[in-house]
Amino acid sequence: MKIFYHFGRYFMLIKRAFGKPEKISIYISRIFEEMNLLGIGSLGIVAIISVFMGAVITIQSAFNFESPLIPLYAVGVAVRDSMILEFSPAIVSLILAGKVGSSIASEIGTMRVSEQIDALEIMGINSAGYLVFPKIVASVLFNPILVVFSMFLGILGGYIFGMMAGVVTDYEYIYGITYQFRPYNVMYALIKSIVFAFIIASVPAYHGYYTSGGALEVGRSSTKGVVYSSVLILAFDLILTQLLLA
Amino acid sequence: MIEIKNISKSFSGRNVLNDISFTFQTGKTNMIIGESGSGKTTLLKCMVGLNEINEGQILYDGRSFTELDFKHKKEIRKEIGMLFQGGALFDSKTVEENVVFPLSMFTDMSESEKRDRANFCLQRVNLLNANNLFPSEISGGMKKRVAIARAIAVQPKYLFCDEPNSGLDPKTSIVIDNLIKEITEEYNITTIVITHDMNSVIEIGDRIMFIYKGNKHWEGTKEEILKTSNQEVCDFVYATKFMKDLKTKF
Repeated sequence: MKIFYHFGRYFMLIKRAFGKPEKISIYISRIFEEMNLLGIGSLGIVAIISVFMGAVITIQSAFNFESPLIPLYAVGVAVRDSMILEFSPAIVSLILAGKVGSSIASEIGTMRVSEQIDALEIMGINSAGYLVFPKIVASVLFNPILVVFSMFLGILGGYIFGMMAGVVTDYEYIYGITYQFRPYNVMYALIKSIVFAFIIASVPAYHGYYTSGGALEVGRSSTKGVVYSSVLILAFDLILTQLLLA
Repeated sequence: MIEIKNISKSFSGRNVLNDISFTFQTGKTNMIIGESGSGKTTLLKCMVGLNEINEGQILYDGRSFTELDFKHKKEIRKEIGMLFQGGALFDSKTVEENVVFPLSMFTDMSESEKRDRANFCLQRVNLLNANNLFPSEISGGMKKRVAIARAIAVQPKYLFCDEPNSGLDPKTSIVIDNLIKEITEEYNITTIVITHDMNSVIEIGDRIMFIYKGNKHWEGTKEEILKTSNQEVCDFVYATKFMKDLKTKF
């Protein structure tokens, strides 16, 4: 029964977060601050992981496609589809759930236990709106950018390391990544990234917002935020794949 | 003036506050005292709406806070300044930004007007040359002063202070106490101070309410509290050797 309690409380928090802002100009500047913290601050980790994953997929695909019946350009197709369909939207979101999610839960949790959220409420400020709304909006706006960035770097990483390892030729790789390309796949990835972005920001924010106690509970909220958002990302990955691709 | 009438509050069936009534007067420093766990902070949180009460009424200058909807409660909250036990300053903002914050949210002041007001409030609490420091870079006493400056920035009608001198040395405690007293009289604010520090009570208390096990056990002035024969109040007031010695001497 506790699950219904949490669902109810989560949706009430989201409703409050999307309530009328006290001052729109302040909320807009908060969104840009959060985009900088959550989005720009994640570019490095997304870039490193994407380049290396692209490289690994290229080398593994070349190793598995050793049969003369399979053309070598299939390596390019495999890298492109792996990056666009699954790695960039889902795996990058899972990584961001760890990095961004723990940061959101611990930031809001610390504000709760140090009475900063109470201070906002007493000032007459909708604390859920002021703290949670900009994070959700920033995440939803910036996550698709990170996903496209990851797709591009993953495919580029595959190209560079494929050339360096000599497992695929320049022509075959480029022919592979353009072979029967479906723009809808990118759309599918972007839809997934928006849903995942909402989860990445809102679920840890919920756990942080309702933290009670001290430093130990802030740590627990942070862990819960990451675990629940990761599980939800995987569940929604399955649901959205069934809905959009089946 | 704030009136509380027959306030009761329970958590999971456990009564924390029972039928408490009191009138907190304007321009006076009203003290709520009692042992740890007696319900002082719960009462304060109920009064500002952070906790919902089970029974009773809270009136801010005749306006029933308990019967108002969220929107109208927000209007009253804009008239409230609060000093939290730990200061509750925003970690990510500098001292000046902390004081400017409520002005940015609720006024249409220009940037220079906000900065002038913040500087005036910081000067009022004797905090100079700390504008660009972060809360993590200042002492406990300075944090309390910044919190007072933030609370008075929007010229509140009501000031709530939750153990304003906890964790401070005696000298700084007196500075904070006197600051609260001066601000209360200067701006004619209804001030409510929660404390278990008898020095503060003697120093600045105008009206005192003693809470014991969730009940209002005694009320009176600082002169009266030293002469009362109420056993629980005496146990609290004369808990330290210094106060006991003082009582025997006089």
